[in-house]
Amino acid sequence: MNSLIAGVILILCLSSYFFGRSEARKLVTQNIKLKALPAYYGYYLSLWCGLPALIIFGCWSLFEPAIIKVLILNNFPQIESKDLFYEQTLSFFNGNFSGEITNEIKAASIKYSSINIIAQNSKIVIIAAALIGSLTFAYRKIQKNNKARDDVEIILKVLLFTSSLVAILTTVGIIVSLLFESLKFFSTINIFEFIFGTSWSPQRAFVRDASAITPEELLELQDAFGSVPLFAGTAFIALIAMCVAVPIGLFSGIYLAEYASTKVRKYSKPIIEILAGIPTVVYGFFAALTVGPFFRTLGESLGLTVSSESALAAGLIMGVMIIPYISSLSDDVINSVPQSLREGSYAIGATKSETIKKVVIPAALPGIIGSILLAVSRAIGETMIVVMAAGLAANLTINPLESTTTITTQIVMILVGDQEFDSPKTQAAFALGLTLFIATLILNYIALRVVKKYREKYD
Amino acid sequence: MELNNSKIKIKAKNLNVFYGKKQALFNINLDINQKEVTALIGPSGCGKSTFIRCINRMNDVIDICKVEGSVEIDGAEINEKNVDVVTLREKVGMVFQKPNPFPKSIYDNIAYGPIIHGAAENKDQMDNIVETSLKKAALWDEVKDRLNEPGTSLSGGQQQRLCIARALSVNPEVILMDEPCSALDPIATAKIEELIDDLKKSYTIVIVTHSMAQAVRVSQKTGFFHLGKIIEVDSTEKIFKNPANKMTQDYITGRFG
Repeated sequence: MNSLIAGVILILCLSSYFFGRSEARKLVTQNIKLKALPAYYGYYLSLWCGLPALIIFGCWSLFEPAIIKVLILNNFPQIESKDLFYEQTLSFFNGNFSGEITNEIKAASIKYSSINIIAQNSKIVIIAAALIGSLTFAYRKIQKNNKARDDVEIILKVLLFTSSLVAILTTVGIIVSLLFESLKFFSTINIFEFIFGTSWSPQRAFVRDASAITPEELLELQDAFGSVPLFAGTAFIALIAMCVAVPIGLFSGIYLAEYASTKVRKYSKPIIEILAGIPTVVYGFFAALTVGPFFRTLGESLGLTVSSESALAAGLIMGVMIIPYISSLSDDVINSVPQSLREGSYAIGATKSETIKKVVIPAALPGIIGSILLAVSRAIGETMIVVMAAGLAANLTINPLESTTTITTQIVMILVGDQEFDSPKTQAAFALGLTLFIATLILNYIALRVVKKYREKYD
Repeated sequence: MELNNSKIKIKAKNLNVFYGKKQALFNINLDINQKEVTALIGPSGCGKSTFIRCINRMNDVIDICKVEGSVEIDGAEINEKNVDVVTLREKVGMVFQKPNPFPKSIYDNIAYGPIIHGAAENKDQMDNIVETSLKKAALWDEVKDRLNEPGTSLSGGQQQRLCIARALSVNPEVILMDEPCSALDPIATAKIEELIDDLKKSYTIVIVTHSMAQAVRVSQKTGFFHLGKIIEVDSTEKIFKNPANKMTQDYITGRFG
């Protein structure tokens, strides 16, 4: 039914485009000078035909189930678990209910079917009314030779604005929920304990009924959420990753931009970029099953104790994953250094490597730094590789051979499985998420500023 | 000093240049006199720039470019494999169409060449080179108080003189100029032309230009290029007053090009 309605609306849109256009052409034959090309009158009519109807249709479909639910449940005030009851009614109505059929369910199901029919009919009526109303309105406007071009521009502007508004509101919503939950967390756990505490053991808050935490227990929990080991672990693994990715990425970027022939570049750049397309979980088990054990045996033969899940393995693989970000971006940046600068350098007798070292790289440096910062924020946010390869123990260590953990990993650990939503442990995930968000936000901001500054230099 | 004036500094013989399969220069034979300004004129795409880029082998930078034939500087062939391009370009400086100062300070822009060629042993010597080069390019008075500011902060005309100073910093014998004034306003152009006049006392200059007035003002010898061939070479006076070739006549009177 719904797809039928949508189909009808779309067909009407299409035909009203042609109708509007031909109406406009008729105006021309009556010796009226049009204020826009005939096609704009077509667009105008088509947009007025489609948009109001589609908006009503969308809103209706969005709110209909909730309204019907309220209407039905109002008839059964005696039912205790209302959600369950309503689900049962729905599945009974759809003929796939396999539990005990009560009289209430039967009654509710009859009620549901009648409301459903009413809802559907009224939906069709309202949409049809909207279609007719807006079409007549737009048709009248066309007959009066309105400024169709300007009007279409305005409608399009509003449409585009709405789209960006949706994106912005979603972002704001996520941030607000992060903030809100974090605030709840910080109302039970001292924020300074969270930021400066060096012991992370949220499992101590586990299996406890959150609503029944006594003040004594709360006091005891205060030092269970020290996030320093997580931040240290995150920074440490990101550092190892950058030690791998920056030189390799930068050098391959320089090779691609300056030395590789067009043919080599054409094939090798996409190949390197494939690295970025490999799912991180694949990197993860590669790190956990191949690289980790390799380091372990290597370490053992050297007489070192290497944990089978080590920061080194995770960092190395993460570095490999990040290489294409740096190589690809720095390749682009180096390429955008004007050729005239290189020629100026060659003309004075500089060799290729001197030119690259002394002119090209300094000129591209801000852009390169920007690409590195973007890569760092990618490294900090990476989860899967660390979950699989670096371990879960929150060790405060600078030994790359020991296992360590990161913020993202701990968020995963906290939220995996059944959780009480209001326990401090769960809320800790939001607090971690918030701090991570702020950290990457700052990094991205700096990176974008640096890149922007660079752009201004040559334009 | 003036005795050297008619001595041939650069001699191009049977020079052919190809970009991929397209031939850009056909059998060019051209002599360029020492301590004189030679202007190359002709319509766009006629090969003037390609020709001067053969003199310091800048065409090496372009992958698909192939140069055949001979270019001699002071009687020594430069188109041979064992010729050191670095030394060649130290001897033959170049100034480009669009000012292209490096994104470095004014001082570092000039010091760049001497550093590469190891021309200065200490800071004093380097300061000295920078000062002389900027003075030769008539820029010293304008920038002496702000040598640490970026070269890109100068005006277009100043940037171009900075690039000339940069070319002079390694004591070249020849300076190639590829339409050095095409991005500049008339006042800046006049300054550069004045400078060129001054520089020809000590350097051999080859200048590509689209402005015939400029060729008349600055050069002693003019070569007219058309479709990759040299149509006519003679003293500037002769070319502009009494050209031997009909095509040259048409071009300088603005009938085509």
